[in-house]
Amino acid sequence: MSWTSIVVLVVGAYGCKAFGVLGFGKITDGTAARFEPFTALIPAALFAALIAVQTMAGDETLVVDARFAGVAAGAVAVWRRAPFIVVIVVAMIVTAAVRWQTWL
Amino acid sequence: MSGHRREGFVLATATGIVGITFGVLADAAGLTPPQVIVMSALVFTGASQLAAVSVVASGGSEGAAVGSALLLAARNALYGPVVARLLPASWLPKAASAQFVIDETTAMATIQDNDADAADAFWWTAIWLWTLWNAGSILGVWLGAVIGEPEVWGLDAAFPAAFVALLAPHLRHQPGRVAAFGGAALAVVATPIAPAGVPLLVAVFAVVPGWVVSTRGATEAAT
Repeated sequence: MSWTSIVVLVVGAYGCKAFGVLGFGKITDGTAARFEPFTALIPAALFAALIAVQTMAGDETLVVDARFAGVAAGAVAVWRRAPFIVVIVVAMIVTAAVRWQTWL
Repeated sequence: MSGHRREGFVLATATGIVGITFGVLADAAGLTPPQVIVMSALVFTGASQLAAVSVVASGGSEGAAVGSALLLAARNALYGPVVARLLPASWLPKAASAQFVIDETTAMATIQDNDADAADAFWWTAIWLWTLWNAGSILGVWLGAVIGEPEVWGLDAAFPAAFVALLAPHLRHQPGRVAAFGGAALAVVATPIAPAGVPLLVAVFAVVPGWVVSTRGATEAAT
């Protein structure tokens, strides 16, 4: 990659972050309270979307593969109130095991 | 170490391992070690970095690489309104803090019970994450071929599984459940028809049905 592309990436990525923080800061006085019911729900909507995309997105399509089994196992661990690290390790082990199984 | 600091460290460790993946892929895509270091330190948003080097590795143009990376970075703008009140009030420190407003820090901040813990969780996660993401990236460049295919270790399931744990507290109330279900549904529908990154932007509209449910709940409580 050229340094020009990397500089564009650095500036662009920071620009996105700063727009959210500073752009919103401008309207914080007075009007922020009106948006609060919406902004409070942004994490729920985006994290669920992030999970769906990272679990099932293939090359411009949806796929159900070893990742799905791993994340599902992780979800069961969350439901059983397992510690955070256990959730991550369970998901990795199940994903790796399913992959190993299908490669045999 | 209090609970959220420890969880922030665990999350950063998992992300740091993904950083190794980034280092391996970036090296394979022909990026020089200084370029990898600058990217991880200053771009500092994992999905975008991985997308950029994947596009280059698969023979795509640099324009396509930058374009897809920035589409994935755009979602970070949506986290600003969520965490802005936890950041320093004066302009310059606030502008500097923006660099750390990404998936992981927002997630750790929003599952705390009060603003003091939320700010603490945000910053500890940011520090650990920045350190381990960069360490992982450099390690990946060094180790390169030794690791081979990162998928063998199930690494690609670590991030979404961590976010299942981070999403869970948002599902305790009905508006959160509606927004989460709607966001996932919109992202799934958009994934086959839109470029990567766009499904996450579309998902934000799920806050509207979530909000409708919350107002109805409030009206019922009042009557």
